[in-house]
Amino acid sequence: MNLTVNGKGAIVEGKDSLDVNALLVELKVEQPDYVTVELNGDILERENFAQTLVKDGDTVEFLYFMGGGSR
Amino acid sequence: MLTEDQIARYSRHIILKEVGGKGQKKLFDGKVMIIGAGGLGSPIALYLAAAGVGTIGIADADVVDLSNLQRQVIHQTKDVGIAKVLSAKEKMLAINPELRVNTYEEWISAANISEIIKDYDFVIDGTDNFAAKFLINDACVLAGKPYSHGGILQFDGQTITIDPGKSPCYRCIFPTPPPKDAIPTCSTAGVIGVLPGVIGTIQATEAIKYLLGKGELLTGRLLTYSALRMRFREVPIKKSGKCPICGDHPTITQVVDELDALNVCDLEK
Repeated sequence: MNLTVNGKGAIVEGKDSLDVNALLVELKVEQPDYVTVELNGDILERENFAQTLVKDGDTVEFLYFMGGGSR
Repeated sequence: MLTEDQIARYSRHIILKEVGGKGQKKLFDGKVMIIGAGGLGSPIALYLAAAGVGTIGIADADVVDLSNLQRQVIHQTKDVGIAKVLSAKEKMLAINPELRVNTYEEWISAANISEIIKDYDFVIDGTDNFAAKFLINDACVLAGKPYSHGGILQFDGQTITIDPGKSPCYRCIFPTPPPKDAIPTCSTAGVIGVLPGVIGTIQATEAIKYLLGKGELLTGRLLTYSALRMRFREVPIKKSGKCPICGDHPTITQVVDELDALNVCDLEK
């Protein structure tokens, strides 16, 4: 399936859909426990990752904490 | 009424139809609170001072360290060892002696945040840890005070403006802080020195636009910046009904310190 991930095209070979946890693994997302996932404009709740399917044509944003600024 | 010197000083503002003499007066009557006098706070404080924002608060309990000078451009070699807020105030008044600069030489906490922000029109988060970022969000949302979030890490930055009640807040994106040690920050991960200049200048722009009442604020969209790829992206963000502070059934009704969110760097204090 073809996805748009953080603004760029991404191809997941041999799959028509994947749950969000599996997608985090498939795309080798760093620190998956702390990433916020937005699917087609809606921010997902972490407890729904396992039941939420990502399908061909979907738009996914991985949003990361950024703590720096002062020191 | 602006004096002759003020008309000369702000002439490049005044000729802008969005500013004019009236707008410049609004800036001079404006009050902006900057939390953090480091990487982000440096360009924010310098530009707001130069722009003629009449009252600027700046809070930080840290002292200038030699390792700060690579990016914290308001501080100079001679300032190493002195309080960041005093070093910052000196530069701001050197640029613009007419300003009122209020310094708060303390770390923000649930005990002092509401009092610190209460007299200001707009708040800017230039802090380096999640406990502070969540605290600022909560205090501003509860007080209905608009603020700008900024975060930087290595070569990446992000910023969003929060207009409480009207636009999504930081907890709509990140409901709870990451556990301590989970996310690298500051000294452990590194940061390219020019990065806070880009993000901080955008944050200062938001404060100025807010005071002028002109343009569109950076609300409802998280602006992300990659210095390595030299790309800006906008991620649309919706207000979350389940947000713990601005959602339909808020569970956070007063400011609390997120003790679990203190990061490795805080332990060095």
